[in-house]
Amino acid sequence: MDHTKLKHVAAELRGEVIELSHRAKTPHLGSSLSCIDLLVALYWGFLRIDPKKADSADRDRFILSKGHAAPALYITLCRRGFFSPQLLADYAKDGAALAEQPAPHCAPGVEWATGSLGHGLSVGIGMALAARIQKHDYRTVVLLSDGECNEGSVWEAAMFAAAQKLGSITVLVDYNKWQATGRSEEVMALAPLRDKWEAFGWESYEVDGHDFGQIRAALVRGELPDRTKPLAIVAHTIKGRGVSFMEDDNNWHYRIPNAEELAAARKELGVE
Amino acid sequence: MRNAFADEITKIAQQREDMVLLSGDIGNRLFDKFKDVSPGRFFNCGVAEANMVGVAAGMAASGLQPVCYTIASFLTYRVIEQIRLDLGYHHQRVILVGTGAGLSYSSLGSTHHSVEDMGMLRLIPGLAVLAPGDEKELRPALHAALDYPGPVYIRIGKKGEPVVHETEPEFAIGKALRLREGKEVWILALGNTLPLAVEAATQLESRGVSCGVASMGSLKPLDTKLLGDVFTSAKVVATLEEHSVLGGLGTATAEWLAAQPAQAKARLVTFGTPDEFLHATTHQPSAREWAGLTSARVAGRIAEKLRN
Repeated sequence: MDHTKLKHVAAELRGEVIELSHRAKTPHLGSSLSCIDLLVALYWGFLRIDPKKADSADRDRFILSKGHAAPALYITLCRRGFFSPQLLADYAKDGAALAEQPAPHCAPGVEWATGSLGHGLSVGIGMALAARIQKHDYRTVVLLSDGECNEGSVWEAAMFAAAQKLGSITVLVDYNKWQATGRSEEVMALAPLRDKWEAFGWESYEVDGHDFGQIRAALVRGELPDRTKPLAIVAHTIKGRGVSFMEDDNNWHYRIPNAEELAAARKELGVE
Repeated sequence: MRNAFADEITKIAQQREDMVLLSGDIGNRLFDKFKDVSPGRFFNCGVAEANMVGVAAGMAASGLQPVCYTIASFLTYRVIEQIRLDLGYHHQRVILVGTGAGLSYSSLGSTHHSVEDMGMLRLIPGLAVLAPGDEKELRPALHAALDYPGPVYIRIGKKGEPVVHETEPEFAIGKALRLREGKEVWILALGNTLPLAVEAATQLESRGVSCGVASMGSLKPLDTKLLGDVFTSAKVVATLEEHSVLGGLGTATAEWLAAQPAQAKARLVTFGTPDEFLHATTHQPSAREWAGLTSARVAGRIAEKLRN
């Protein structure tokens, strides 16, 4: 799919995520919007997945370790045909399959229940090592938030993957420069983030996390044969990306859009 | 016990291609044979226990049978959230083997004591908590854990503990092992206190008290049938564990007892470590003395309870 079409898909998904937040009154909108382009780049043309065989043993694994962006994942999986739109219609209602943050085996395509940060990378490494042992050639991709990189377990996992020469795992960091209550750089001195991953033994790149060409170019580095280094892609993103009055405004970590804001956002995204 | 674990896990690995062993940078040379028979299936995960358990969860979700092994205090306290979410919530079949449990490493200080581990892990839904009484009990416990449909924590001692069982018992999760029958008193031992229970029972018998001993190798699920039997038939039931009196076998038994009808008439005495840190320099025998876990103290308190 060419980039114009990918941009259109991303705009539509952003509109749906905002509508979902408005309808279900669930937060973390800014965090969902910042990673939409990364999800589109993965799910349209990169991950080797078949929505009809969501459990096939050789599927590529994707873990959304920043579980608070679950609405973005749900919208993506639904659009790719993993489950029916009815599941989305019931999102966050009592008894629904899809909760604000994913439960284990809640829907086809959701590989892991996340929500507590700092778990997904270790689990992904376990899946990648299982592929090595069982002689599968699937790739494992884990999407982290920058705030999540505060967690020590992320760096335990990073050192371990490098020691195991685990070339089949890719980390994407949604580096939107905010965490729940402050600038991620001020809270924990994250920068230089790419250098940190390099220092931990990973091949690492910085990309514009809203540029499909750059994201794809970095992702395909992970497909080179006989890799012995894990791959980290530090994706510079904007929290609330796509809606001018949400962009880089951390109030949208928790704020819920009202009807006027929803309409204005959809208009700006061109998905009225 | 740890040598028996290494030996048994190596035997199992020769028969099961899905077996993987993860260690937290301990067991130098202990797993050399495992590495020989199962190349590529042993992972030294370093001093990074939280990652080790997360990795094991990902492996289990992909069809492998991981066993994580390290010192009990490090495998449990700092990793409780990975155990709760990645193993418990996801219901992943990972076996956690905590070595040097209880006061086994008492000389290393409270950093290495694990006397709250079972109390913490008992709270996690679906996770079985096992503490075999000796190495003969450990081997079948390991096989039972492999057949269990959820995560399992097995708490073992160090090396060189006395062997109590004459032959390998038929271990089942949720079932205690009766070693000797008694009419007036039952001592229910958890894990490495089993030899102590036998000693205390022998002392009581020499004073003319009929005392039974059971190994409660499975703390969770608990053998409530056995509890029903002994609390109905005996006058005093004692629980014995190298674990805090809070949260472990004594607590689990008291919780069960509180919900029983009046015919569960025996009185409960719990033996374990007090609700305080051990600051003094000790070795396992002196640490047990501090906790009142000696055969003389156990037999004495039970005899006193019988009289009053």
